[in-house]
Amino acid sequence: MYILISIVTGALFAAGIFMILRRSIVKLIIGLVLLSHAANLLIFTAGRMSMSQPPIIKEGAIFLNEPYADPLPQALILTAIVISFGLTAFAIILIKKTYLINKTEDLDELNTTDKIDKIG
Amino acid sequence: MPVIIPLLSAVVLIFFRKFRIFSKVFNLFGSLALLTAAGFIFLFVDNEGIQTLSIGGWKAPFGIIFVADTFSAIMIIIAGIMSSAASIFFFAMVDKEREKLGFYIFYQTMIMGVCGALLTGDIFNLYVWFEVILMSSFILLVLGSEKKQIEGAVKYVAINLISSVIFLSAIGLLYGLNGTLNMADLSVKISASKDTALMNTVSMMFLVSFGIKSAIFPLFFWLPASYHTPPVAVTAIFSALLTKTGVYAIIRVFTLVFRQDMTFSLTVILILAGFTMVTGVLGAAAQMDFRRILSFHIISQIGYLLMGLGILTEYSLTGSVFFMIHIIITKTILFFVSGIVYVAYGTYDLTKVGSIYKWFPFIGLLFLISAGSLAGIPPFTGFWAKFFLIKAGFMGEFFVISSVGLFVSILTLYSMLKIWNEVFWTDTGCEFEVVNNNLKSKSKGFKFSMYFPVIFLLIVMLAISFYPEPVYYYAEKAGKELMNYTNYINAVLRK
Repeated sequence: MYILISIVTGALFAAGIFMILRRSIVKLIIGLVLLSHAANLLIFTAGRMSMSQPPIIKEGAIFLNEPYADPLPQALILTAIVISFGLTAFAIILIKKTYLINKTEDLDELNTTDKIDKIG
Repeated sequence: MPVIIPLLSAVVLIFFRKFRIFSKVFNLFGSLALLTAAGFIFLFVDNEGIQTLSIGGWKAPFGIIFVADTFSAIMIIIAGIMSSAASIFFFAMVDKEREKLGFYIFYQTMIMGVCGALLTGDIFNLYVWFEVILMSSFILLVLGSEKKQIEGAVKYVAINLISSVIFLSAIGLLYGLNGTLNMADLSVKISASKDTALMNTVSMMFLVSFGIKSAIFPLFFWLPASYHTPPVAVTAIFSALLTKTGVYAIIRVFTLVFRQDMTFSLTVILILAGFTMVTGVLGAAAQMDFRRILSFHIISQIGYLLMGLGILTEYSLTGSVFFMIHIIITKTILFFVSGIVYVAYGTYDLTKVGSIYKWFPFIGLLFLISAGSLAGIPPFTGFWAKFFLIKAGFMGEFFVISSVGLFVSILTLYSMLKIWNEVFWTDTGCEFEVVNNNLKSKSKGFKFSMYFPVIFLLIVMLAISFYPEPVYYYAEKAGKELMNYTNYINAVLRK
């Protein structure tokens, strides 16, 4: 299971990086989304996966019974998913605006702010 | 407290965003309240040592904890001063359109994010605060949706999202390796572990992600591409708080968490610091736009801050903290001055602006003092800050980086003189009448809110210049606390 998810994480990172290196601005966003998924999976695997019970103390007991699953990575991922959801929504609106205002979806044409001579 | 005040201000502002005057005044009020709270925290920290606050009553290392030591207290005070000064500047510089879209709401949430990032003692919480800062800064950057603003924003957003992903992955790995997220607890566990290679990998991932946020050498390209696009008030506050928060995070993480095998990471940081200084200032030398030159200078100054960390002695960290105070104030003044010039001339292009010194010697004076300070001419703050850093460099026998630092100062002076010559001395055929009318036509209140923050910050800066002792005392205290990080750990874990 570890190996499988590790490979998936690696593939997601690779695909994400490939996508952000493309020239199209839509693919840039897709790449960013893939990257954030990859990061979430990474936390998930790094936080130890185990076939075990939920970390809830049974009635009457004082301590948790081993083995129990670590709830923290899931909490982290949940937070990260919510944040990346908001950021993705913003980024999509941004690229729509970019397209409407600059009339291009080619990142290579978005270079006026880097130029030295021409000033708006 | 510094987190709650901007949040409440933002909430109130959401309801009143249609009322322009009220928004402006309330925004200023919120910033001043923040400054007061920051002052109280500073006094507490000064009198009683490191303060902690466990959120929800969960004790460290399990719950999220807020920690204020001298360094973060200093940073919060500076953030409070800057946000108040900028709030006054906003009276003049933010247009109706942006106010209707809720400029002040996002301004306040950004300040909240900055304060949260400065205070938190939990590394995942740090990530969350960075996202809060990012989200608000994205919005401040694109509000108004001018063509080049959107373009700059695409670059800014894309690169910062990547940096967030790297940050998140690094946190995941760190948690997998150590099973904790509390920075003090992490420090203890990492010191105990023997896995240097993995720890160095993770620490470099942190360096890359914070490096993107604070624009250090190979990762700075988004900054000059985007910082000059929004209105100058926004640029000023970005330069004062955003990159500096990134540097704060680097200093915090490398002085507290990754203390295990420092030789490798410190060498990397020193090399990066040298390159950051040089490329930043060379970039500035090539530019002919007021704000772009200043943007490149942000990068080169970040190099100095990192240099203090890279040398890592008490004295050099003192230098870094002092430099941080100096650079935030000075840079903000320079951006404000560029805003005033823009109001008068309607452009930031150096070649089109001229003769200010002849016509408005007062603006010239404002610029000259702050530019001198940036370049490090005695007796201004820049001189003290660079003096401490470079002395620390020679004391620690880091001759190369110290010489680079000195060399970069000269180039800084060169590019400041370029602005001075082009903007303030040369005669470019601008009509005096036109420019004078641009300034004269503004109302008294407009002028007041335009000049007052500049003059106020300048007085603060001059006060530090001629009487640096108290500031130095606190910077030294912060430097000592950063070096002896066990105090921090003990305060957090209550040993």
